[in-house]
Amino acid sequence: MTSTLKGITLKGSAELVAEFFSFGINSILYQRGIYPPETFARVTHYDMNLQVTADPKLKNYLTNVVSQLKEWLFECTVQKLVLVITCLETNEVLERWQFDIECDKSAKESSVPREKSLKTIQDEIRSVIRQITATVTFLPLLETPCAFDLLVYTDKDLVVPEKWEESGPQIISQSEEVRLRSFTTSIHKVNSMVAYKRTDSA
Amino acid sequence: MAQFGFENDIHSILKLDMPITNAPMARWQRKASSSNTSALTGLSPGKSTNVSLNASKTPSKTPGKNKKQTPSKVGGDRFIPIRNSKQMDVASFLLTKENEPMDANNTPMTSENQKAWSMSLNGYNIEDAKILHLRGKPLNAPEGYQNNLKVLYSQVKTPASLKKTRYISSTPDRILDAPELRNDFYLNLLDWSSQNVLAVALHNNVYLWNATRGDITLLMKMERDEDYICSLSWTKEGSYLAVGTSDCKVQCWDVETQKCLRTMASHSTRVSSLSWNDHVLSSGSRSGHIHHSDVRVADHHIVTLTGHSQEVCGLKWSPDGRYLASGGNDNLVCVWPRVQEGSASNDSQFVWSEHQGAVKALAWCPWQPNILASGGGTSDRHIRIWNVNSGSCISSLDTYSQISSLVFAPNYKELVSAHGYAHNNIVIWKYPSLTRVADLNGHEDRVLSLVLSPDCSTVASIAADETIRLWKSFEVDPIKKKAKERMAKSTSSVIHQSIR
Repeated sequence: MTSTLKGITLKGSAELVAEFFSFGINSILYQRGIYPPETFARVTHYDMNLQVTADPKLKNYLTNVVSQLKEWLFECTVQKLVLVITCLETNEVLERWQFDIECDKSAKESSVPREKSLKTIQDEIRSVIRQITATVTFLPLLETPCAFDLLVYTDKDLVVPEKWEESGPQIISQSEEVRLRSFTTSIHKVNSMVAYKRTDSA
Repeated sequence: MAQFGFENDIHSILKLDMPITNAPMARWQRKASSSNTSALTGLSPGKSTNVSLNASKTPSKTPGKNKKQTPSKVGGDRFIPIRNSKQMDVASFLLTKENEPMDANNTPMTSENQKAWSMSLNGYNIEDAKILHLRGKPLNAPEGYQNNLKVLYSQVKTPASLKKTRYISSTPDRILDAPELRNDFYLNLLDWSSQNVLAVALHNNVYLWNATRGDITLLMKMERDEDYICSLSWTKEGSYLAVGTSDCKVQCWDVETQKCLRTMASHSTRVSSLSWNDHVLSSGSRSGHIHHSDVRVADHHIVTLTGHSQEVCGLKWSPDGRYLASGGNDNLVCVWPRVQEGSASNDSQFVWSEHQGAVKALAWCPWQPNILASGGGTSDRHIRIWNVNSGSCISSLDTYSQISSLVFAPNYKELVSAHGYAHNNIVIWKYPSLTRVADLNGHEDRVLSLVLSPDCSTVASIAADETIRLWKSFEVDPIKKKAKERMAKSTSSVIHQSIR
């Protein structure tokens, strides 16, 4: 613990970012009403109340993705994580939450911890999650039942692990984009952005 | 000297017709001089342009030379735009490179292009990354689940709230002073005619307030100061007013001429309630007797009804004139059938003894002629709804307050009750559910009487705080009213057509 307070290593950074994704994805699923709110449980993290799914199947799916993502973050082979929200009936992409990850690959060679306190990183993460919560006010209502998918952009030379497969980018046609805050662990920098389908009235 | 020079300059500038001394040469002068030079070379203007054209064509072969030869120097009559030397270079470059193979140079360009295309199309470079996702979709939301954010986003008016959209003002539309009003629960001192005239009895005076024009007239004043008015009742047409007095008499007044048409004396005690049924005026007195008087004939007293043992304070003919309802201080509600002249039976159709207090409040339902509402006094506080065909009590409701008056408001099918102790207010109830719609608070003392305006939009209440308050609570929505009128018009036109 003392070491994390002083600085941050690649391993710690990967863990922090993966943790952020876990809470971030849960927050999006809750805030956008993809799943019924009663299937979520409240936890306190980053000094704020967050909703985390209590559904065992969904939990399992998310931990699978996040643990794999953590590995890739550690290897610095991941470029983006995208949460795609699609309409169940038409399979049309309605929303796209994109997290661009910039890895400082030099950290792979030198194991010298970076100078950035956990507190400031968590402050930055908190503001990103707050923004995710605040997006409910401007994002269009998802009127139809929706499903979500998680896309991970990795380096080209990465060996596709078992259970994973390649996918298309699932871009929204005629989208409106809103950039959210970013945060950095000084090893991984995460830029967040949400794109949503433009409604006719807008 | 300098000053003079300046002055001269000003002069020359201001005098426009004078030749300008130190200005550049005029165009024609320049032309003349240049043509002179070209003439020296011995070339016609047309040919000189030819030369310049050749010069522009040649640079592919001799770009170096061309740079120095600007077309203006060649001279001639034509205007030739200034050529950018850069363009010349580009042109010469293109011309010289025209036939060289391009492939080798252009391959990086296209790959770059491709990258840009892919970036803009896919949002990522195919070369740089691949997109992975965990095989199989995460589970879907349970069937039938609806995004609860819908509540946040959309407002759907529930049908229940739609019905309640009418605004009921909590303050009276108007307040009139009623000085010297007798604070007596058993009297009926207020009535509103079909001509929109409100009659009020204040001690021994009867005042008429014309609600359309707003003017007040004193109709009558009793001669002796210790006498007082006990009851008022307008005829259906609103042209005559019956006045019951404490000296046991009933007076008939023509309002237009302000004359007392006749004074009828048949009672032995004060006449505290009156009700008209065409030419028959029914009057209830403190003795408990109800007299029917035919106002047309000299011997007016036709029938005596003896059902009550104490003062008759509530008396109302049904709108169809078939029944007379009476309520008394003996806690009874009686319903009397219309008596044919000369018939012997003077018995009441029904006697209801359910009320535990004096029954002053009586109201017939205008849209259901067999429905009677009655309200009891301080010790009873109940509104009871009766069916006069079956004689049964349909419903009853405890109002927790003395009921002094009841009125049916047909515009919204509501029942309005006026209360004395303990609330001193007016309550609007939905009929037949008897759910509370609104409370009209404002009177500072017990409300004694309540009447409905002829257009059914307003109720007037008179209270012991010596005020009359007008509550405009039943105004019809103007849009609905118009629609109704149109409906009525269209139906009438249909009838006309069918008659033709």
